[in-house]
Amino acid sequence: MTILNDHLFAENRRHFFARGSQALGLAALAGLLQESKAADVPAGTPGLSDFPDLPVKAKRIIYMFQSGAPSQLDLFEHKPTLESMRGEELPDSVRQGQRLTGMTSGQKSFPIAPTKFKFKQYGASGAWLSELLPHTAKIADDLCFIKTMHTEAINHDPAITFVQTGAQQAGRPSLGSWLSYGLGSENSDLPAFVAMISGSGDQPLYDRLWGSGFLPTRYAGVKFRSLGDPVLYLSNPPGISSSVRRGMLDDLAAMNALKLKESGDPEISTRIAQYEMAYRMQTSVPELTDLSGEPASTFDLYGEDARKPGTFAWNCLMARRLCERGVRFVQMFHRGWDQHLELPRNITAQCKLTDQPTAALVLDLKQRGLLQDTLVVWGGEFGRAVYCQGKMTPDDYGRDHHPRCFSIWMTGAGIKPGTTIGETDDFSYNIVRDPVHVHDLNATLLHLAGVNHKKLTYKYQGRHFRLTDVHGEVIQAALS
Amino acid sequence: MFHMIATGAEEPARLVDFDRDIRPILSDKCFTCHGPDEQKRVSGLRLDVRESAFEVRDGKTAIVPKDLIASVLHQRITSTDADQKMPPGDSGQELAEAEIQLLTRWIQEGAKWTEHWAFLRPEKHELPQLEDQQWCNNEIDHWVLENLHQENLKPSAEADQRTLIRRVTLDLTGLPPTPAEVEAFLTDNSPTVYEAVVDRLLASPRFGEHMAATWLDAARYADTSGYQNDGPRSMWRWRDWVIEAFNSNLPFDQFTVEQIAGDLLENASLNQRIATGFNRNHRGNSEGGIIAEEYQVEYVVDRVDTTTTVWLGLTMGCARCHDHKYDPIRQTEFYKVFAYFNNVPESGRALKEGNSPPMIRAPRPPEEERLRELDQQIQATESRIRELDKALRATQMAWESSVDAASEFDWSITDGLVNHLAFDLSLYDQARKVDSVFDVTSSPYSLGAVGHSIKFQNGSFISAGDTALFGYMDKFSIALWLRADDANGTLISRMTPAEEGAGYYLQLRDGLLQVNLINRWLDDAIRLESRQPLPPNEWCHVTMTYDGSRVARGVQVYVNGQPFEMNITLDRINQTFALPLETLRIGGGASPFRGAIDDVRIYNRDVSTGEAELIAVAQSISEILRIKPEMRTAAQQKKLTEHFILNHAAADIREAHLSLHKLRSERRVFEENLPTVMVMEEMLTPRKTHVLIRGQYDNPGEEVPPGVPAVFPPIPENVPNNRLGFARWLVSPQHPLTARVAANRIWQKYFGQGLVRTTEDFGSQGDRPSHPELLDWLAAEFMESGWNVKALHKLIVTSATYRQSSAISPELLRLDPDNRLLARGPRRRLPAEAIRDQALFLSGLLNEQRGGPSVNPYQPDGLWKEIATITDYPQSHGADLYRRSLYSFWKRTVAPPTMVTLDASSREACVVQRSRTNTPLQALALMNDVTFVEAARVFAQRMMMESGDDPARQISQAFVMATAREPRPEEVAILQRSYERNLTVFERNPETARQLIHSGEFAVNADLNPAKLAALTTVTSLILNLDEVVTKE
Repeated sequence: MTILNDHLFAENRRHFFARGSQALGLAALAGLLQESKAADVPAGTPGLSDFPDLPVKAKRIIYMFQSGAPSQLDLFEHKPTLESMRGEELPDSVRQGQRLTGMTSGQKSFPIAPTKFKFKQYGASGAWLSELLPHTAKIADDLCFIKTMHTEAINHDPAITFVQTGAQQAGRPSLGSWLSYGLGSENSDLPAFVAMISGSGDQPLYDRLWGSGFLPTRYAGVKFRSLGDPVLYLSNPPGISSSVRRGMLDDLAAMNALKLKESGDPEISTRIAQYEMAYRMQTSVPELTDLSGEPASTFDLYGEDARKPGTFAWNCLMARRLCERGVRFVQMFHRGWDQHLELPRNITAQCKLTDQPTAALVLDLKQRGLLQDTLVVWGGEFGRAVYCQGKMTPDDYGRDHHPRCFSIWMTGAGIKPGTTIGETDDFSYNIVRDPVHVHDLNATLLHLAGVNHKKLTYKYQGRHFRLTDVHGEVIQAALS
Repeated sequence: MFHMIATGAEEPARLVDFDRDIRPILSDKCFTCHGPDEQKRVSGLRLDVRESAFEVRDGKTAIVPKDLIASVLHQRITSTDADQKMPPGDSGQELAEAEIQLLTRWIQEGAKWTEHWAFLRPEKHELPQLEDQQWCNNEIDHWVLENLHQENLKPSAEADQRTLIRRVTLDLTGLPPTPAEVEAFLTDNSPTVYEAVVDRLLASPRFGEHMAATWLDAARYADTSGYQNDGPRSMWRWRDWVIEAFNSNLPFDQFTVEQIAGDLLENASLNQRIATGFNRNHRGNSEGGIIAEEYQVEYVVDRVDTTTTVWLGLTMGCARCHDHKYDPIRQTEFYKVFAYFNNVPESGRALKEGNSPPMIRAPRPPEEERLRELDQQIQATESRIRELDKALRATQMAWESSVDAASEFDWSITDGLVNHLAFDLSLYDQARKVDSVFDVTSSPYSLGAVGHSIKFQNGSFISAGDTALFGYMDKFSIALWLRADDANGTLISRMTPAEEGAGYYLQLRDGLLQVNLINRWLDDAIRLESRQPLPPNEWCHVTMTYDGSRVARGVQVYVNGQPFEMNITLDRINQTFALPLETLRIGGGASPFRGAIDDVRIYNRDVSTGEAELIAVAQSISEILRIKPEMRTAAQQKKLTEHFILNHAAADIREAHLSLHKLRSERRVFEENLPTVMVMEEMLTPRKTHVLIRGQYDNPGEEVPPGVPAVFPPIPENVPNNRLGFARWLVSPQHPLTARVAANRIWQKYFGQGLVRTTEDFGSQGDRPSHPELLDWLAAEFMESGWNVKALHKLIVTSATYRQSSAISPELLRLDPDNRLLARGPRRRLPAEAIRDQALFLSGLLNEQRGGPSVNPYQPDGLWKEIATITDYPQSHGADLYRRSLYSFWKRTVAPPTMVTLDASSREACVVQRSRTNTPLQALALMNDVTFVEAARVFAQRMMMESGDDPARQISQAFVMATAREPRPEEVAILQRSYERNLTVFERNPETARQLIHSGEFAVNADLNPAKLAALTTVTSLILNLDEVVTKE
């Protein structure tokens, strides 16, 4: 079915331009090219005709991915009984012989390490949050917490790849590229799918996380960078002014139009259009990243860090600006949550960097009326373990990876605010009630974007692949 | 034959063909529940097997030829009852009306059943008899023309000769023709001139480079290991083997056997072993904390997936977790093939930096030559030393008797000595000539093994300052005497002072001697422990050496000068254990030592076994001299002789020994710096292979032997049932797939799509060939030619089909937008590599050095660093900036950006067909990437230097070089207007001209007028961006 659609899409373009070049003649085509410089000509990529196949709740998605795996025990999971078991061996009945990573599987002892941070209930919903998240606490009533996320991988690379592409091994399209493929782009000047990176730490990221896998590369996310051009090769080379570039592009289009007349290959007209979109990006991206029009109140809200490109706060502000411009999918990656050792010190620093801008983005979207059709997701690739990794002292502990449960939250379009889904045991080790798998989360994101995750497929290697493999159930309890 | 079921646009008068029309429907819509997968099969009905589909079951039959009413299949697919309707509503599948009609007609017409075409051996069908065969150049054209006739179409005219030579030159070499080559082709009237051009191109070494690029995609070749850490590896010797294989026209069967099992060939040559790097090109995971068994399985799965995709065009990986849903491949059969690739002595945990075992040193011919030379020199010196042996003994005896017996002196090995603490009543470090940095808690001296020693008790230790800092890539040795009062304690360390802290340390644990090299305890550490305890309460000498190889085998331990047996208890170091902020401690670290230590020596190299024996000799030279020769130990005698040779022997003797020492070190350094490559090897005891339930590494089911799927011919009788046998089976003449899949991929290279468009899937879900007889003919011809690769390329590019014009009439565009009918020539945007290489070639920048380590051309700043934390991109300079793109360093997690933007594959997994997109990011890269800006301005500079002063001539010459044709007047007008307009701008703003002509690192010709050069640069840049230039027409 998808091959057919791709084919039809090509057909349409071809018919359009076949008419353009042959029936209308070159002069008319030149007119068309002129027209295509106007901002209202749809460029980018149309989606598949079958989609959206569900009501579109989320016109846009912002995924604040917290890379490295934030500790649910120190942020979201209030487990008061642990304190009385401090330092005691984790009971075998809890661990149940489940596999551990090679970093701790050889440890002789697995002492229980309760969090050293204080928890309180917030808002009308009474959500429990740690003192590390004072700003998130203020928006608690907007959020839907899922305490029972679980995954299959126990190491970063496969786990992040799994969250982003639905498979642990490389080669599959990322969430954003599935959406671009299915739904196309609403913006003629900016890509439909943007990725942004912040933070530091041991955990590298990989291009595949916003890549298109076996989908054509035009569906890959465009990485917005903080160093150099926000989009690779966006700036003209030194010495080429904007007006010189405009002239070159007009000459190039005229040359290519002559070629089109001679050859009749519709690919040439596509190329002409792509150069025009490139030119529009040269204007629209700098406008996007120019914060001079933002009032002081913006920086009060997001924090002064939001003035510094490359910070999490700057990326949050940029996410809002991208949303305002109709970019469908903004994938943020914030690194630095992999706190195997010295967790209390590291997580405190990490929360200082992220808590305020996170809440600011939600508040900002809300006050601008964008939150109702923008879905915001906050979460990492797995959780962290209740037992201590490395040396344990009253003030210090570390935590290894834990795939059996972790916490995330969502808010905005189509999400039931002020809810908590699922429950884990007293150790935040095993799930007691309402497990939510990564495939379920991805099915839900697609659902809110108006796509039945079972229907959006691409035939490759003889299989009708989809983001959720053969799994995934929409998390009904999270929906408003 | 060409069939538009999907578009519903035709009205076939032909009979329904099972293989063409019916199997694809059954496969796609029905096989999931009524196909090969036994676990998922419903009601026992199979629609992939004739017997089951036609069998009477409970009085019912799915398919009864010519009887719609009796055919349950027909009842069910046309049922209006939701409970009866097939496919069922919850399957997500639905039959289109056209599909139901086809199935209906097929049953009405007699339900003729044939086997899946791709599983039957390809044979040469008789060439079709055509009325007008004049158009045909070779057999290919007969099949294409017959097909066109059936569609009432005519082939296009032959392409313009200029277009044709540019097309074939780009296709065979990845670079455009020079104007001289174009002219030579146009002016030669010989009827064989085109063939001669093809022969010239096939003989060019550029051919191998260009063909290799595609093979590297299939082989997921890269210069890094992928996964999280994505550290560097070195597989370019394999890459160069591929280039050479194409250039020497290695027959495809040998090309296959050597890459899959070259190591198992009798007397395998170095090259044949290098070839097996193919199946080590997969990613390797070095992330901390991974479970090695999990990834060892992933590597084998990758080998099976890649090998079966590349050679069989099968999606074997679908049978990893369950029986294949569409093709007759059982899950057990997947694991039988898995078993062939499961015997590599490898760890699932890859090394973070460099190649992971098994690997070999792979010297290139000049390096092999140098090794031979060194070996000859070593042999010659050794025999010279033997000749001098008599003289040595005689002079040594004379010297011994001449020495004053009362004098006290000593000698020991000082080469590489960085610390020497004799503890003779001081803490003086003789190697560093310092004693001020020591911090003694409390350590009295007493008589020791050599002079005095130092005693440790009550937790005392010596902090020897910032010295002896060694990491996991460093060679070093530590030697000391000890007498332990206790079974536990750290002898010497540079570490975080805690049990199992990071760093290196030697310690006693329950009397056993331990060597620890630790970055992070448990998952990033090496530990060796002696089999026997050290004797308590007596002096013994310990030497440990480490050769920087990052494996436990690289650690040697000697006790009292003799090798001491060690057990390896941990062997996975992946990051350095050098701790710059700690100090060297003696007698402490992880735990306090009780006892005495003496004569600590630390070397910044790994001393040899012979040297370790000498270091352990307690007696000084003068003491040895006082021992009667017959009472001396062998070690003492060796030490004495060594001392004599170096200090007292005649010059010729000393020189000979010194020279041998020097040659051996030189050879070792040379050998250690030789390129290595990861290769396939077989373990002596094969690893057992089990079916993995649901594909999970920790869920083994029944054990299975190696074997091939039953749907194919068996392994030939005269070959062993191992990886070599598997390779021979792939290229056995009975095999239905290998030749078809290879020929199809070669066809794809020229036409942009294969005769089978699903290059990666020839199974029942794959595309049906557009010209089945042609594909079979090509496959059979390929085998009959002795798998002659160049001959097959030549056959295709000399066909009339290939030589057609690629212009598209509106009618053809409507009838055949994808050019499946081949009524016109191919027109495709060039691959990423060719676009960059062409730009470099036109500018004259291209550096055609062949092979060698990968290079680092321009890349925007910080691309690696922003996602990969530690490493920054080490950009090359000079000529390395301009190598062909297949030599660019390929980092999997951050691949070269412009290449990826232009649809190069990421090399994370096997890809046999790249997408070909058309995006604004490509436009930005071609306009603004310094690679192309520099190429444009050097191209402009070249035109100004080569084409005289007239800008018009410079412009038209640039155009001719890039397109192989003269510009037409209207094109000339556009380009000249562009030039003049920009010239005015640059003349008015000289600074902008200066900036533009300084793009990139290549020198600017200062004699040229900057404004003119800048203006011409805008024109050459425009030319490099032309659709025609980035396209093969």
